[in-house]
Amino acid sequence: MSVEAQDLKLLANDNRGQSGLENGSGLVGWEEVTQGSVLQSFDGNATGIALKKQEERAYSGYNSYTATVASWRIIKPVYNRDVCIDCQNCWVWCPDTSIISRDKQMLGIDYDHCKGCGVCVEVCPTNPKSLLMYGENTPMEDALSAWPEKKKKEK
Amino acid sequence: MAITSVKNLKEFSTNNDRLEGAHTLCPGCAHSMIVRELMNCTDDNLVISSNTGCLEVSTAVYPFTSWDTSWIHIGFENAATAVTGAEVMHKVRKKKGTLPDNDAPVKFVAFGGDGSTYDIGFQWLSGAMERGHDFTYICLDNENYANTGGQRSSATPIGATTSTAQAGTHSYGKKEKKKDIVAIMAAHGAPYVAQLAPNKWKSMAKGFQKALETEGPCFINTVSPCTTEWRFDPKDTIHITDLATESLMFPIYEIIDGHELNILYRPKNIIKVDDYLGAQGRYKHLFKPENRHVIDLIQSDIDKYWTMLQRREEARI
Ligand SMILES: Cc1ncc(C[n+]2csc(CCOP(=O)(O)OP(=O)(O)O)c2C)c(N)n1
Ligand code: SF4
Ligand code: SF4
Ligand code: SF4
Ligand SMILES: [Mg+2]
Repeated sequence: MSVEAQDLKLLANDNRGQSGLENGSGLVGWEEVTQGSVLQSFDGNATGIALKKQEERAYSGYNSYTATVASWRIIKPVYNRDVCIDCQNCWVWCPDTSIISRDKQMLGIDYDHCKGCGVCVEVCPTNPKSLLMYGENTPMEDALSAWPEKKKKEK
Repeated sequence: MAITSVKNLKEFSTNNDRLEGAHTLCPGCAHSMIVRELMNCTDDNLVISSNTGCLEVSTAVYPFTSWDTSWIHIGFENAATAVTGAEVMHKVRKKKGTLPDNDAPVKFVAFGGDGSTYDIGFQWLSGAMERGHDFTYICLDNENYANTGGQRSSATPIGATTSTAQAGTHSYGKKEKKKDIVAIMAAHGAPYVAQLAPNKWKSMAKGFQKALETEGPCFINTVSPCTTEWRFDPKDTIHITDLATESLMFPIYEIIDGHELNILYRPKNIIKVDDYLGAQGRYKHLFKPENRHVIDLIQSDIDKYWTMLQRREEARI
């Protein structure tokens, strides 16, 4: 996958990661919240949300989907499509819902919600790995152009 | 019930997540791996309640929620009480026909940490199990009160150092053994009780589905390695869980109707508990010569428990 494709918002028309945790939309001090107020996590009817993909959902500004924790990261996973076998190990074990998979294919990383724990890299079975950790500020092209070669099995 | 396919990971991955990112659990925390899996193994509507603890406070950071389901934020002890109250209300309204959609399938689930499950919410949980509600209780067992700084709970194993049972020159850490919550819940006669682990994603998903499908109160204890209090690198959460299941510190099994026991995972090469303990900072002091007897005790308890599980399974009663 090209660097541009990894960098762009993988999901179209999407309000993912717009606000920091400290400045959510419509935030008022707790003492101003009146009894009985309702903060809806979706705009409009939320029926059947399990059958909708993230890009089809109308997330409200109170859903943490619209917030970001990107600033927590000091290292980031970089994804190399060329080696990936779409096994979905990274998807099932990511604790931050940050592996974007659609139709059995791994598409990339949700950098608004990834905290850089490195679990996805550890569980990636390919040789060389399809995911590797780099410093947060390492440019994608530098990481991808210096991808390690296949390692021989140690005896 | 609309269970989703868990035939293989590729099919499982076509589910649409219902626990959103930008919660504030530590990087590498297993709590959210377990919760995501529960929510991905069904398409049914879910009504979930959480006892106070890391999961609860981290997924409801004002003004945000990370839950794409109905979710009840409740005290330290009453997740079981709250969700079974909702379950009764749902039953009554269904009977009266006053629900917006009377046919929509709904499942009721409670999450609690070990502190709330084994200790503080114990009688509330026991009551809900005994009353026979149709719900599933899932304990996220990280063997300590993580959210308040790592105090010992009755789920903390002997020998672990915690902020209230510290290892030092005169102590090897916690002196008491871990409470056997799975046996206690099975003794309630619950139709489905299990111990599951996130590294074995398939047996965990299948166990969750079984619990959701089973009518009546079900209980599942899940191993939830805590990178902060167990003291290991966040990237190693699944590796640590592997060591837990390969050493049989956490055997994976289910008990049906309070008596029929099935082992769900048998390690090919059982590893020594030293490998599991040695990978975590909370057990570091046990490797001093004067504490060797504690490791030996843990190992012999594991061996005995595994023998007991196998005999119970063979007995087919
Ligand atoms: C009655 C009561 N006592 C104490 C507390 C403080 N408290 C909040 S979370 C917590 C620890 C939770 O531990 P556990 O249930 O194991 O969940 P974990 O954070 O480890 O996931 C404590 C002691 C409380 N909220 N209510
Ligand atoms: S580094 Fe951690 S949070 Fe980020 S994508 Fe990988 S597993 Fe998920
Ligand atoms: S774990 Fe590795 S090989 Fe498997 S889907 Fe993720 S990136 Fe691809
Ligand atoms: S302290 Fe432990 S249980 Fe709590 S969020 Fe951190 S890793 Fe998870
Ligand atoms: Mg705990």
